[in-house]
Amino acid sequence: MTTTLAQLGTDAGLQQVAPLLFYAVALVTVLSAWAIVLSQNIVRMAVYLLLTLTGVAGMYFMLDAELLAAIQLIVYAGGTLILIVFGVMLTSGNPFLKLRPKLWEVFVAVGLSLFIMGLLLFAKVTTHLPEPSATIEEANKPAGYDLVHEIGRGLLSVYLVPFEVAAVLLLVVMIGAAYMARRRAT
Amino acid sequence: MNPVFDISLHHFLIVSFALAGAGVATILTKRNAIGILIGVELLLNAAGVNFIAFNKFLWHNTTSTSTGLDGMVFTIFIIVVAAAEAAVALAIFLNFYNNFSTVDVEKADELKG
Repeated sequence: MTTTLAQLGTDAGLQQVAPLLFYAVALVTVLSAWAIVLSQNIVRMAVYLLLTLTGVAGMYFMLDAELLAAIQLIVYAGGTLILIVFGVMLTSGNPFLKLRPKLWEVFVAVGLSLFIMGLLLFAKVTTHLPEPSATIEEANKPAGYDLVHEIGRGLLSVYLVPFEVAAVLLLVVMIGAAYMARRRAT
Repeated sequence: MNPVFDISLHHFLIVSFALAGAGVATILTKRNAIGILIGVELLLNAAGVNFIAFNKFLWHNTTSTSTGLDGMVFTIFIIVVAAAEAAVALAIFLNFYNNFSTVDVEKADELKG
């Protein structure tokens, strides 16, 4: 059958709490994501987004991607979310202003999102996933395997081109955003 | 194997599907431009969870040069692009707010034919 987290992990103590931890984090993530849909207040949406992003960071922790979880918390929860909160403060005279969608728009949107979720579920059920193997993965990890070390090496060797493209993209975005958001002399 | 207490790839995929559905619903229902941006962030997070889950459970070493980190590096770039996209989108919304004194996307119809 399919491999489980308990088979891939090595920490016996963590295996006992892993299901409970997973369901707690998954519940927080999914509920706060749908709370964003139901909320009409932009400030509350930002707070629910913070909960969702933290929950996704917890997911990364449980998938043994500690570096990704740290990046998610620092860049997303610490950077992008602050940017969004600043955007909310700068673009609304009244932060509790409500912009309500029409009822038929809500029905179309929720219907389409349920359709997309059903489509994804259908794709998952009908796709034959290759047999995962814990032994192969563990065999490739030499003693003293360090995830951060490996990703650092990878970014400057195998993934060098996308790394440089991302660097140029960030430069372009920084100049472009500063240019567009500047105060014009009128 | 117990499908409830043995956490496998499927559990993570279902969380990611729920996130993607919430993202699409948020993009379609919000009239506040920043709300739409939040929906896009939800979709990008769903993609990130998918990448990390597949990297963890289904990765096979097929070539000698593969590092087994493809999913993680993809997710790092997703986060980079999401941060860049949020910065540019907010700069555009700020300009829009300066010109129209609102961030209601229904009012952004100047270029409509």
